[in-house]
Amino acid sequence: MRNTRATQPLFELSKPGRRAMRMPAADVPDVPLAELLPESALAATPPELPELAEPDVVRHFTNLSTQNMSVDTHFYPLGSCTMKHNPKRNERLASLPGLLDLHPYQPQETLQGMLALLFELQELLGEIAGLPAVSLQPAAGAHGELASLLIAAAYFRDVDGKRTKVLAPDSAHGTNPASAAVAGFEPVTVKSTPQGFVDLVDLGAKLDNRAAVFMITNPNTLGMYDPNIKRIAEMVHAAGGLIYLDGANMNAILGISRPGDFGADMMHFNCHKTFSGPHGSGGPGAGPIAVSARLAPYLPTPLVERAGGGFRLGYDRPRSIGRVRSFFGNVGILVRAYCYIRTHGPDGLRRVSEHAVLNANYLLSRVKHIFPVPQGDRCMHEFVASAARLKTDKDISAMDIAKRLLDYGFHAPTVYFPPIVREALMIEPTETESKETLDAFAETLFRVTEEPADLLHEAPHTTPVSRPDEVRAARQPVMVWPRESSPDDGAGG
Amino acid sequence: MPFLLNTPDDVRAMLEAIGVGSLDELFAMVPRELRLARELAIPPALTELELTSHLEALARQNVSAKEKACFLGGGSYDHFVPAVVDAIAGRGEFYTSYTPYQAEASQGNLQAFFEYQTLIARLTGMDVANASLYDGATAAAEAVLMSMSATGRRRHVVAAASVHPEYRQTLAAYLKNLGTELTTLATPDGILAPQQLATAVRDDTACVLVQHPNFFGCLENVEKLVHVAHDKGAMFVVVVDPISLGLLKRPGDYDADIVVAEGQSLGNPMSFGGPYLGIMACRERMVRRMPGRIAGQTVDRRGRRCWVLTLQTREQHIRREKATSNICTNQGLLALRALVYLAAAGPQGLREVAELCLRKAHYARTRLAAAGRRLALRFDRPAFKEFVVRSSDASVDDLLAEALDAGFFAGIPLSQWYPELDDCFLVAVTEKRSRAEIDGLATALNRIPRQVTAAHA
Repeated sequence: MRNTRATQPLFELSKPGRRAMRMPAADVPDVPLAELLPESALAATPPELPELAEPDVVRHFTNLSTQNMSVDTHFYPLGSCTMKHNPKRNERLASLPGLLDLHPYQPQETLQGMLALLFELQELLGEIAGLPAVSLQPAAGAHGELASLLIAAAYFRDVDGKRTKVLAPDSAHGTNPASAAVAGFEPVTVKSTPQGFVDLVDLGAKLDNRAAVFMITNPNTLGMYDPNIKRIAEMVHAAGGLIYLDGANMNAILGISRPGDFGADMMHFNCHKTFSGPHGSGGPGAGPIAVSARLAPYLPTPLVERAGGGFRLGYDRPRSIGRVRSFFGNVGILVRAYCYIRTHGPDGLRRVSEHAVLNANYLLSRVKHIFPVPQGDRCMHEFVASAARLKTDKDISAMDIAKRLLDYGFHAPTVYFPPIVREALMIEPTETESKETLDAFAETLFRVTEEPADLLHEAPHTTPVSRPDEVRAARQPVMVWPRESSPDDGAGG
Repeated sequence: MPFLLNTPDDVRAMLEAIGVGSLDELFAMVPRELRLARELAIPPALTELELTSHLEALARQNVSAKEKACFLGGGSYDHFVPAVVDAIAGRGEFYTSYTPYQAEASQGNLQAFFEYQTLIARLTGMDVANASLYDGATAAAEAVLMSMSATGRRRHVVAAASVHPEYRQTLAAYLKNLGTELTTLATPDGILAPQQLATAVRDDTACVLVQHPNFFGCLENVEKLVHVAHDKGAMFVVVVDPISLGLLKRPGDYDADIVVAEGQSLGNPMSFGGPYLGIMACRERMVRRMPGRIAGQTVDRRGRRCWVLTLQTREQHIRREKATSNICTNQGLLALRALVYLAAAGPQGLREVAELCLRKAHYARTRLAAAGRRLALRFDRPAFKEFVVRSSDASVDDLLAEALDAGFFAGIPLSQWYPELDDCFLVAVTEKRSRAEIDGLATALNRIPRQVTAAHA
């Protein structure tokens, strides 16, 4: 049951004199503040924070939480995001005090269990990647891309000189060209064929002696394994470039096909996707990278190394790019990834991918009768349907369908991505869903397409709000709660 | 398989509906020669019970900050986390949801981001904040990139050596391939001297990066440093400790342009260095150059107040290579924890935490430096919750090893980043440290040095 009083913004709930946290009195001698800090450094007033008692805080945030869809509560087929079940054991184990309450600068002899775990995770990820050297440091997939491109830049400074371009297909995640730009490369787009594969002719034309890296997502963002991947890698390598594998779609090929075996020189994992780290309303992720032997010297510092009978953080790495963040990495998420991999073992990981692909193909077999799926009858772990015909015939857009699905208790697929499919609905069911759920989803999709366009244009109808005015949000941005009075539009729900 | 639902009957029915004979056939599009012909060489599966025993055994091989009195800081702090933070962040509706692409199904997250942005903006005295970045180091690097874009100056930036060394290393890695020169100004007196900054800032300098309180715990002369930077048209980017803002002047009050911080202190566990929370706030005029997610308030089709991701044309999923950053996630769950922490603390609670840190750190400074002749303060300057201690006789490693035996994580050796400070270590004191622990540390550190070999004989 909704409680709109409790979900008023914090500053509306605030009442002077309330508080939820109280600190003990100081047990050290009372020295006047003026003797400890210069007057000029001190704030004139206390920080401007709301004043709330603990029941206020709990009721507010608990009610806010109920306004979210989540994997724990709903089918969440958000393509490319791998919204699989987040095992509860991982949450408990990552919270063991002996793993959680560790300071990053503790003496290494007090960290041997943690370093052993992280060392083993480096080895596990290397084996899954088919690439020998792993850094756990990057904080997310896009951060792994950036770290890898910085590695490529350092590598080419050593061996080659002037390689300034990074190529990526037009179907790539937006992070690929953005990472290339942030890393100081010139991003170049390579065309896809109508089937969504890399256009080899266009690739060949753009592969010159200034091409440093070709970034490829395989399986690609249409959920297709590129049949030419080996040929692509040969072309790029022959031109002196490197292959970067965007590992967003590793959930399709665990134990089935390894990036190192199909030609990748570097890749990232998305631990929060493939290895079930919770998505946490947007993060934290973890984006470990794996690279080939010749790139290993450039990995960020430190790596976990064997030392005597134990483990240490290795800093003596003169060709390293340095570091891409503070401390070691998103360890809490890495611990969950470790738990996930150890829960599954070799057979289990393979079955994860088999069932992810089974569920996606089964759903495809049902959805293709409702929407055209330009890529055809088969997919890997996800597929992209097009609502273009529905848009033309009935003025029903991919967004309309996405919004209406919410009314039926399903999170929407990813819409309008990849950009090469018109009115795209990118659907990734993951392996942790049942046939009944997939059947219900397909039936709902069909039902939605039969509904009147007017009903869909105004959908969703059952959510706390419907069709926020995004144009207004961007033109007259209100990004913080206004100081003086509430905004004129604040009628509340 | 604990997380799979398809029964053998389901699998058969599904394969039939698809029109294939086996699971293997589903992978027909993967060329045979690119398929792994063996099992992955990883250990066999563990049940939950076995996994639990295994992780508990690994955890026992660590010594946690619960077992020693933790005086370690340097960007990661042992602050108290109220239970209400764990209770809220443990709700599956928060931690198993994702980026709010569908606003109607994510109002809880969006409103939480909006409230987080509001509280961070208030705390820092800035106009706006984003919904978080990876950590303090990447937030600092992103802020420098943002200043380069905002000023159009891409050739030169200046950082004080008193900024966290790992933040500067991160920045150096980010700048390496951009051809931007990074000038690092030495801080032999523990802070950056304004006159020295004046000689380093040029007409083409994009920004000055300063930390306040700095890595050594000292308060920088921020007001003067801001003037020096602004005189040359450079931006002032400051790294702050959010807990310190319970007491210290807000960066907006001294005219900082971009404020970044490590948000771990606000309700997040130390977790061996991550995941952490990159805080970023700035002036409204620069918001379109800010990286990261931003939640904005608007109304829905019926005029109801609600929240959406806004200014998305800055972001990679819209603008691709023209985006302000490549960042795709935020640290939503950690931002939520920081929000709940700040909401629970309120103005008085945060001030109390800050005051306790200050008073206890001051007491520890006095005790450590006074108890014997072995230790002295390296920089005798106003400081918040950290300070640098110099050892006059024993090696830092020996001292810290002895203190560990006596039950203390006593400090961080500084030689790894500052060779000239090889006789120094950094001590942090949070509100959790008791007077007894501080006294005990002073005693342990001032004990007559033993031969290390003898100590372990």
